[in-house]
Amino acid sequence: MADKKLMKGNEALAEGALRAGCRFFAGYPITPQNEVPEYMSWRLPQVGGAFVQAESEVSAINMIYGAAATGVRCMTSSSSPGISLKQEGISYCAGADLPLLIGNVMRGGPGLGNIAGAQGDYWQATRGGGHGDYRVFVMAPNGVNEMANFPNKCFEVAYKYRIPSMILADGIIGQMMEPVEFNTPEVDTKSLKEPDWALGISKGRGKRIVKSYDLREGYLEKMVLARVERYKQIEQNEVLYEERQLEDADIAIVAYGTSARVASAAIKIAREKGVRAGLFRPITLWPFPKVRLAELSKRVKKFVAVEMSLGQLVEDVQLSINGKAEVYLHAKPGASVITAEEVAKTLEKIAKKEAKEYAAVK
Amino acid sequence: MQLLNKRPESLLDVKMHYCPGCGHGIVHRVVAEVMDELGIRERTIGIAPVGCAVFADTYFNCDMIQGPHGRGPAEATGIKRCKPDSIVFSYQGDGDLASIGMAEIVHAAIRSENITVVFINNAIYGMTGGQMAPTTLIGQKATTCVDGRAAKQAGYPIKMCEMLATIDGATYLERTTVHNNSGALATKRAIKKAFQYQMDNKGFSMVEVLSMCPTNWGTRLDNPSEATKYVGESMSKTFPPGVYKDACAADKK
Repeated sequence: MADKKLMKGNEALAEGALRAGCRFFAGYPITPQNEVPEYMSWRLPQVGGAFVQAESEVSAINMIYGAAATGVRCMTSSSSPGISLKQEGISYCAGADLPLLIGNVMRGGPGLGNIAGAQGDYWQATRGGGHGDYRVFVMAPNGVNEMANFPNKCFEVAYKYRIPSMILADGIIGQMMEPVEFNTPEVDTKSLKEPDWALGISKGRGKRIVKSYDLREGYLEKMVLARVERYKQIEQNEVLYEERQLEDADIAIVAYGTSARVASAAIKIAREKGVRAGLFRPITLWPFPKVRLAELSKRVKKFVAVEMSLGQLVEDVQLSINGKAEVYLHAKPGASVITAEEVAKTLEKIAKKEAKEYAAVK
Repeated sequence: MQLLNKRPESLLDVKMHYCPGCGHGIVHRVVAEVMDELGIRERTIGIAPVGCAVFADTYFNCDMIQGPHGRGPAEATGIKRCKPDSIVFSYQGDGDLASIGMAEIVHAAIRSENITVVFINNAIYGMTGGQMAPTTLIGQKATTCVDGRAAKQAGYPIKMCEMLATIDGATYLERTTVHNNSGALATKRAIKKAFQYQMDNKGFSMVEVLSMCPTNWGTRLDNPSEATKYVGESMSKTFPPGVYKDACAADKK
């Protein structure tokens, strides 16, 4: 029997990253993710790793830029405003093809917003976020157990394709406590091969350069296009999603993270009232499971995006379905808690044809 | 015929892009000679800045990384904490280090990161075409202060060595020049000491080098002495060369 532990979401994220081989963490305090740096500060030295409380989010991501360049598995975490500050650095990491893990425990925005859980950073996470053409591999946990287990997948994909990875959680998942079971054995960092691009001891090999620039005509285009080839492979190989009760569904909720938990409860209520609803939960937000959604739209004719944001996820649903089915939106911005009852009501309205497509259902 | 002074192994035989009369070439050579003499080339990781020295990653014959404007000391922190056996240096200009990267340099010193910073102060933004720098002298002309820097409008030049000397974590701070032979030799001595301190795990070192920028200063390109004179007579008054801190000086006595 595997060990089950009761853990707080943020601590599970930190422990999960550490077990996945993370040996360097730099971060800056911001609510609701403070337990991640707090945990790392005492836990990393126990395994020979290093922790730095940086002077700013900007500095933290650049410490990670340097650390990632040495081939050491490393991580930073923050919450929405802090992630905005990190975007320049994330763009450099993407431009220099560096693998790393970023945790975003989302809170209400824009601006200072508030410190409750929200999902308003979907666009920022899935569209690159910083300047220039690039992607970040983004996973969305729906609870503490996935917080604990996703870092391993993130590092695996990040190193395989040389891409920054992100765990996009929210303040609710970060703060809640749930049982955790680690699915994969702890990574033995000594068994990890030093990547052939990593900076370090150059004895016996040529010098290496880690950089994101090329001023020569046409060369930057080549750099970007080579990256795009890897993005295509990620879209082909690394899409993850979960389906629940979709076999007989007339309406499919599309939701991730906390919204997906609420959606499951809403589906139960709706089904008791005779509305056959199911859940499609993207686990990777980029790559988005667009092929599977398009397939589903041949059978399911009504989709509703349920999100704790103003209507961000719904755009990916529309793009995937491409007019082949009706798309509705249940949006709750401002870090307000979405309830199963209100989502169930939305499902009923859609079933009764009382709801307007694309517009947020009131 | 006898070759008296060959190219350091730590400096690659590639064409540099620096303008005639620029001081970067001298400092590059000095850093490379120091790496050779200390035998650390194969375990050194250098950080190239944003600005004129961005291509330093292609000139030095050691592992190099190029990163965002001002963030060299943060990158250096990440590298050094992950690879403590490496020798890490951050090469930065004045806009990079003393303006956009002020927080990073100050906090690297506060943490006494065991790194070496080579800070080129030429009192101007070079690569972007001659805008006012945080170190531009009062009265000095730049494209964003065409009548000369006025304290009332743009404040005063920042004296980095003096400021960092107040920080407990700063181990060694020295300001030198490269406007003449003795200055270049002093620069080499200082940079060598800074690297040696890092090898001995002594903590944070920075060498500030007053350097020429004839192109953006508007001094005559056919008369390099105008620029060297500016370093020796004007810049050196605002930024007096000297040792501002040497926490380990007593160790050697």
